[in-house]
Amino acid sequence: MVIMRRIAERMGASSIFLLSVILVYIILGMAVPGALWPTLGVLRNLLGRVLPVLLLVFGIMFVTNLFLDARRAVRLLGRESALKGWALVIVGGIISSGPIYMWYPLLSDLKEQGMKNALIATFLYNRAIKIPLIPMMVYYFGWAFTVVLSIYMVLFSIINGVVVARLTDGQNHS
Amino acid sequence: MPRLRALSQPSVELKQAFLKTVLSFRRSGPILLGVFMLLALVGALIPKGLYGRLFTGDHIIDPLVGTTVGSILSGNPLTSYLVGGELKLQGISMVAITAFIVSWVTVGVVQLPAEALMLGRRFALIRNAISFLMSIGIAVLTMWTLGWSS
Repeated sequence: MVIMRRIAERMGASSIFLLSVILVYIILGMAVPGALWPTLGVLRNLLGRVLPVLLLVFGIMFVTNLFLDARRAVRLLGRESALKGWALVIVGGIISSGPIYMWYPLLSDLKEQGMKNALIATFLYNRAIKIPLIPMMVYYFGWAFTVVLSIYMVLFSIINGVVVARLTDGQNHS
Repeated sequence: MPRLRALSQPSVELKQAFLKTVLSFRRSGPILLGVFMLLALVGALIPKGLYGRLFTGDHIIDPLVGTTVGSILSGNPLTSYLVGGELKLQGISMVAITAFIVSWVTVGVVQLPAEALMLGRRFALIRNAISFLMSIGIAVLTMWTLGWSS
């Protein structure tokens, strides 16, 4: 047990997570060999699709690290942030592209610099509204549905941020 | 001011910013790769036709089913519209479909470990739980605003 804990501490939680998933793949490969190749095919396609977004996130993180120091980040996105901070994360969440998890490294970086939980939660919620996909939603569900749902999503993103901040209060400052 | 500072010592600032970004990415790399692998697993092993069979026709249970399925099978929003459109053709209630679409993009069970590792376990659990409940609330409110019966 102690040895296991030491190995876990040395490897870090992220490596353990990756190894656990690899283990699932190995078990799948042994139990259902026919299912492994289609899964690897989906993985290859997925990696090909997300690579441009990964480069975009890398670029944004680089520019953020270059021009935004901790003090400025706190002023914009920290406890003293006013309406500007909220507007920034709502617009940023809507215009940001790619899967939600691609933005975790940037948000983790900004959180270390003082970004508050409310704004992180609001940003993540607004990732649900994708302007380029609106025509598809209109096609399937109509204009009225699309407009009403989008407005509610923006409003609820703020509520989501406020509630999450209330319930995680202290996590930012600890 | 930071902009001026960055431009006054370009090579040092650029190098520092680049190294910091590379370091962040190296830290996040295993987590992101793990999430990609999990998503591929879900995408390859769960047939899309299965979704429709999970709904019961009950106006109270179906939104819960929609939210739960959407939470587990998160991914590209476009896929949720396609599946939502199919469910609509199958006669599934719009409140359930709306809950499904909203939770698909706001709740992420598959990427929860990554979110917890990078943004904090408490934050990730609470954010996803709140988003799960809000999916049902938004679905009901949308139907009510539009005056649609289901």
